[in-house]
Amino acid sequence: MTALNDANLADLLFPDAGGHFGQFGGRFVPEALMAALDELDAAFRASKTDPVFIAQLADLQKNYTGRPSPITVATRFSQHAGGATILLKREDLNHTGSHKINNVLGQALLTQRMGKKRVIAETGAGQHGVATATAAALLGLECVVYMGEEDTKRQALNVARMRLLGAEVVPVTIGSRTLKDAINEAMRDWVANVDTTHYLLGTVAGPAPFPEMVRDFHRIIGDESRVEMLERFGQLPDAVVACVGGGSNAIGIFTAFLGDENVRLFGFEAGGDGVETGRHAATISGGAVGVLHGTRSYVLQDEDGQTVESHSISAGLDYPGVGPEHAFLSDIGRAEYRPVTDTEAMNALKLLCETEGIIPAIETAHALHGAIQVGRELGEGALILVNCSGRGDKDVETAARWFAMNGENA
Amino acid sequence: MSLIHEVFAKAKNENRAALIGYLPAGFPTAAGAVECITAMVEGGVDIVEIGLPYSDPVMDGPTIQAAVDIALAGGTKISTVLDTVRQVSALGVPTLVMSYWNPIERFGVEKFAADFKSVGGAGVITADLTPEEAGSWITATDSQDVDRVFLVALSSTDARIAKVADITSGFVYAGAVMGVTGARSSVSDQVRGLVERTKAHTDLPVAVGLGVSTPEQAHEIAQYADGVIVGSAFVNAINAGGADAARELAKSLASGLARV
Repeated sequence: MTALNDANLADLLFPDAGGHFGQFGGRFVPEALMAALDELDAAFRASKTDPVFIAQLADLQKNYTGRPSPITVATRFSQHAGGATILLKREDLNHTGSHKINNVLGQALLTQRMGKKRVIAETGAGQHGVATATAAALLGLECVVYMGEEDTKRQALNVARMRLLGAEVVPVTIGSRTLKDAINEAMRDWVANVDTTHYLLGTVAGPAPFPEMVRDFHRIIGDESRVEMLERFGQLPDAVVACVGGGSNAIGIFTAFLGDENVRLFGFEAGGDGVETGRHAATISGGAVGVLHGTRSYVLQDEDGQTVESHSISAGLDYPGVGPEHAFLSDIGRAEYRPVTDTEAMNALKLLCETEGIIPAIETAHALHGAIQVGRELGEGALILVNCSGRGDKDVETAARWFAMNGENA
Repeated sequence: MSLIHEVFAKAKNENRAALIGYLPAGFPTAAGAVECITAMVEGGVDIVEIGLPYSDPVMDGPTIQAAVDIALAGGTKISTVLDTVRQVSALGVPTLVMSYWNPIERFGVEKFAADFKSVGGAGVITADLTPEEAGSWITATDSQDVDRVFLVALSSTDARIAKVADITSGFVYAGAVMGVTGARSSVSDQVRGLVERTKAHTDLPVAVGLGVSTPEQAHEIAQYADGVIVGSAFVNAINAGGADAARELAKSLASGLARV
């Protein structure tokens, strides 16, 4: 139970003019991008008070995405959680199958307002790429998605979906061939084509204003949840739980509860084979303060400041950085971040399938394991709200291989 | 007057632009880089820019990315880079390092500036450090008397050019194309305008880089800029013909620098 003083809360909700959350955030980019970031920042600030933009976005959220998303009481799953009750905020039921569409629709509308006709995006699990391809089709924008070659293999279904939606998918064959390298390629494209192109970044990382802007487009997750908790359950949850790669779904559900000091916030990072093995993507648990992809945050890096490759069974969490607001939340103690191993996540995935009839994304499964852990700590009667951030159709092959190799009770 | 300014002044007296050549440390090997840079200097390079290899070089195109990968795979460390600076500056040419910010921050901002100065380094170009985030770097480079070079871009407003020029020393690096490094067939017409807009805000020399590869381009730029920066073309030359090819490219570029 960490008290958040008013100054810290204001820092979180309103980063300074340079886009800093405490010591984190900011802008570390080639000068060529500064004009585009300023343009984006101005369009974003103007949109916040523009009734036309607000109405357009609200209409899409309701009639295209299908918001509000429901909260499902996971009764049978909760039997494994030490007497706590686990509630699932069903972002997996959104159009395109994850929370990613919330941010994408907002940024796609901003792209139109800036008069740009082309969007580029990076994607790891493919959920952000699918959402971006979807919005581009809807609004008639040209769309190029950069995806690590390794990820195009483990998320082949989403590659096919993006192509069906008319997007060009570019497999990235440099570096670790995962999300980090896809972001490098997207940034190079943006530097070269910044006049015509908007970089539709998919997480709460990158240079300002991305962390704040992407957060604001996702905070509807927590805003809806908070209202429904009070109306339907008559209380706020004791804990809010989400998985954290870059951290967009976590920030989305955390933000509404930041000022509720009795609501504990937990982010679960990808522990891969275990943080102690060095083969993981748990950036806050196992990284150091540094600069990556335009922002200062925690980074997996060596003593020379070279980025260390991350490892996770989850393509969407397989990233050696994390959003700067999460780094700040961790430093001030408002949110707690813990690693979850591949094995723990996959067991939680299977448990949710078998107890609730819901196939979650492997990313989300990290949060589900975390919810069980937190439930056992908080005990009888605790209410735990989990962001069920995505559905697992894309992961069916990976899961089948995993359980064939590791057995039922790996 | 700093060593960098002396070289620009000398070139100006000779009615030509200065030639700035780039190569990553550790490419093709640590010793090979020194050998190639020595050949570049013999061929006519006035100022040397040594790349500090970084795992995520978002401002570099495929040619330099590949060279940097080779350097990192070969075990290039910051200590290797500093040792390269020591050997190259011993040739008597002003020697700069071009780096992304994270390696410097991780190494320690003050320590990097001090160690760089102690091996004879003249200046540091920071590819992704904005003036807004440069406070600790300005303090460290001031205290060590190291020149700090920032970039202006075609998209920079006059207000941003003024902001960048205000904290830059040595020379201003004008990005010639809207984009990442890499040899290109034509240099944008807008570059001249960028150089002129920059000169309106500063008396510092202005050098043009990003995408300059041929003597013809160098000649065109030399008519309005104080320096011509060439990187990827040297990497391509070394890939094709080693140090000898780098020397020949430097000679050929140097032949185009006269103002007419």
